[in-house]
Amino acid sequence: MQRRSRDPLVRDLVAALDPERVQVDDVARRLYSRDASVLRGGRAGVICFPVTTAEVSACVVAAVAHGRDFVARGAGTGLAGGAVPCDEPVMIVLTRMDRILEVDESRRLAWVEPGVVNLDLSRHLGGTGLHFAPDPSSQQSCTIGGNVANNSGGPHCLLYGVTSAHVLAVEVVLPDGEVVVLGNEEGDSVGYDLRGAFVGGEGTLGIATRICVRLTEDPPEVATLLLDFMSVGAAAETVSAIIAAGMIPAALEMMDQQVVEAVEPFVNAGYPTDAAAVLIVELDGQPAGVADEIRRIRELASTHGARSVRVAADEGERERIWKGRKSAFGAIAVIKPDYYLNDTVIPRTKLAEVVERIYEIVEEQDLIVMNVFHAGDGNLHPLLLFDAREEGVMERVLAAGEEIVRVSVAAGGVLSGEHGIGLEKKRFMSLQFSPADLEAQSRLRAAFDPDGRANPAKVLPSGASCGHVTSLGRLPEGTWV
Amino acid sequence: MGMTVGDGRMEAFRSEVGDSGAVCVRGGATRWGVGGGSAGAREVSAPVGIMALEPAEMTVMVGAGTTLTELAGELAVHGLEVGMDGPQGSTVGGALAVGRSALRRRRVGQIADVLLQADCVGADGVAFTAGGPTVKNVTGYDLCRLLVGSLGTLALVGRVILRTRPVPVCSVWLAGEVEPDLVLEATYRPASVLWDGARTSVLLEGHGADVDQMVETLGRLGLAAAEPPVLAPGRGRWSGLLPDDGVLEVGAGVVHQPDDSGPPIVSEGVLNLAARMRASFDPSGRLNPGRDPYSRAA
Repeated sequence: MQRRSRDPLVRDLVAALDPERVQVDDVARRLYSRDASVLRGGRAGVICFPVTTAEVSACVVAAVAHGRDFVARGAGTGLAGGAVPCDEPVMIVLTRMDRILEVDESRRLAWVEPGVVNLDLSRHLGGTGLHFAPDPSSQQSCTIGGNVANNSGGPHCLLYGVTSAHVLAVEVVLPDGEVVVLGNEEGDSVGYDLRGAFVGGEGTLGIATRICVRLTEDPPEVATLLLDFMSVGAAAETVSAIIAAGMIPAALEMMDQQVVEAVEPFVNAGYPTDAAAVLIVELDGQPAGVADEIRRIRELASTHGARSVRVAADEGERERIWKGRKSAFGAIAVIKPDYYLNDTVIPRTKLAEVVERIYEIVEEQDLIVMNVFHAGDGNLHPLLLFDAREEGVMERVLAAGEEIVRVSVAAGGVLSGEHGIGLEKKRFMSLQFSPADLEAQSRLRAAFDPDGRANPAKVLPSGASCGHVTSLGRLPEGTWV
Repeated sequence: MGMTVGDGRMEAFRSEVGDSGAVCVRGGATRWGVGGGSAGAREVSAPVGIMALEPAEMTVMVGAGTTLTELAGELAVHGLEVGMDGPQGSTVGGALAVGRSALRRRRVGQIADVLLQADCVGADGVAFTAGGPTVKNVTGYDLCRLLVGSLGTLALVGRVILRTRPVPVCSVWLAGEVEPDLVLEATYRPASVLWDGARTSVLLEGHGADVDQMVETLGRLGLAAAEPPVLAPGRGRWSGLLPDDGVLEVGAGVVHQPDDSGPPIVSEGVLNLAARMRASFDPSGRLNPGRDPYSRAA
């Protein structure tokens, strides 16, 4: 039993929830001061674990009444520091709101609480012929509330779209504690698409407490292809050729030689370790359409210099091909203990040029890079590997990261394809956006949160500064990209 | 933020909008009355023309004043389309402002997912860009989705980058007196399913052999090839009860009917948030002052 707190904020929170679900001890405050990113900010003030919408609202009201900020948090798998606290805010942890409330198979939708783990929803739907399409690589851990906050992606978003395309409605506790439902179960928005504006708001617009997601039909036919190339350029040209030929694969992923060499001993997927790059192409749909696309991709691959095209013969082979892709990062831990994962998007037609430039940047900084990424939509994920015990290495890592961002934007790209801005990239926002562009974004934010209490100091470059890289974490078990 | 073809026309558009006085953009005016009228506001027009078509990027940059027909014609040359539709004469900007998803939405997706980047003029007369040019982008706030369906009350859109998609190889309408649920069970991702209370019409798209297979299956249920249905001009929101002369777009929440029904009821909290949004973007209320996105039927 905790002692009655002297802090009036804590007393209000305890009254609103119950003592076990309000934590102020040092262990909890340290634990909830970090997410999966390399960033450090301030420290969590009070940590709350609400279980109902009314409790979330009470937490928000109490925080604001005591002049404190609040930060919502799911599983903390974010890689941009979006859930890192600044200035001792009230942390509102939503992992205990983890119920799947309703599944309507005929209307292909489900209402879930924000703490439901992404993969748990698709597992729950097993046998219905339906699934939740967004599949970030962290899907075994990340929550759907976090997916909404980050507008998360994943390999299969190439065909099916990112999270926003799969969120029909969302119940939100606004930063003044009011509860509203944005969007609707069916059809276009009534009035402004405030649902669309909210998704991807990185916790700065309010807190999602119930989410209505669209469920996607399982495709009757799936084919997984493995293509291998003697140069990254040839692989990249094949990616462009597939898209230009009018095909949208369900997923189109690239792994470079460094990744393949690291992964193959672990998964025995049969990746050719002497290839400069491999592509995983997944096609889904109806049998004739899939068969036709396999034929066309074989042709394109051979004219673009693929050494071989392997079509997975059965489910086991398909799983092994994907296992290598999805578990790439566990294998990397044996090479170097520390990592920094970036996330930018470039025009597909610039893939070869930018990836080559990334190799140069990394060499200039004397680091190791591995590239495993969503090539089909130009979404790069260069992973820098290093040993943080080396003196001065952090500066080189950050310099390389910054140069990768600059090169991506200069190539006509954007700062982030799925990790978001958080603390990590807000200083780069002015590379992509003019002051007037940023002003328009701040108008959106101000309408939701006029007093700037919801996860402040994130996303937009103006305002209070917070966040710095002090040290980098060790590669945790089952790390994702 | 580099210069692109059409920058001169964007600057002319910005200058025409200016920084004072009530103003609205006139496109094809095919749905001019949706959400109210122009209320005597000065009319301007957005740039016209296709500025950059990149098949390998699946994107097209186009002036918002371009008609959907012109855009479709140009894209068809490359076997591409955008997931938007509208009455004959509709413009890209008009269709985005109205924000109604295409009849084929079950296949092509929601209109909100089509807009990647919008070059706009704000109420203060300053040009700004929302979104970004790539097909995937979560950089900053999603102004593009907010703009779609906003009837030009937050900013005026001059030029856009849209996501393109391949035109289906094969496409066929079928109809018959069958429950829509049975049709959905027997097909994979039909592009559209319509129900008039007795008859179900379905649009199948895809590879020829796959479509043939579904046609055969649906034939056994009693559906046969049919002309594309002609839909009444009015709209209502699906309430679970189909009006006598209405046709339901199954799964889309829309009823096509002779006249518009009244606007759906929206909670006070949402209306307050919407009012804050409008005031935040347009404090003096000069952009499309006669229009209210919440006064429309669907």
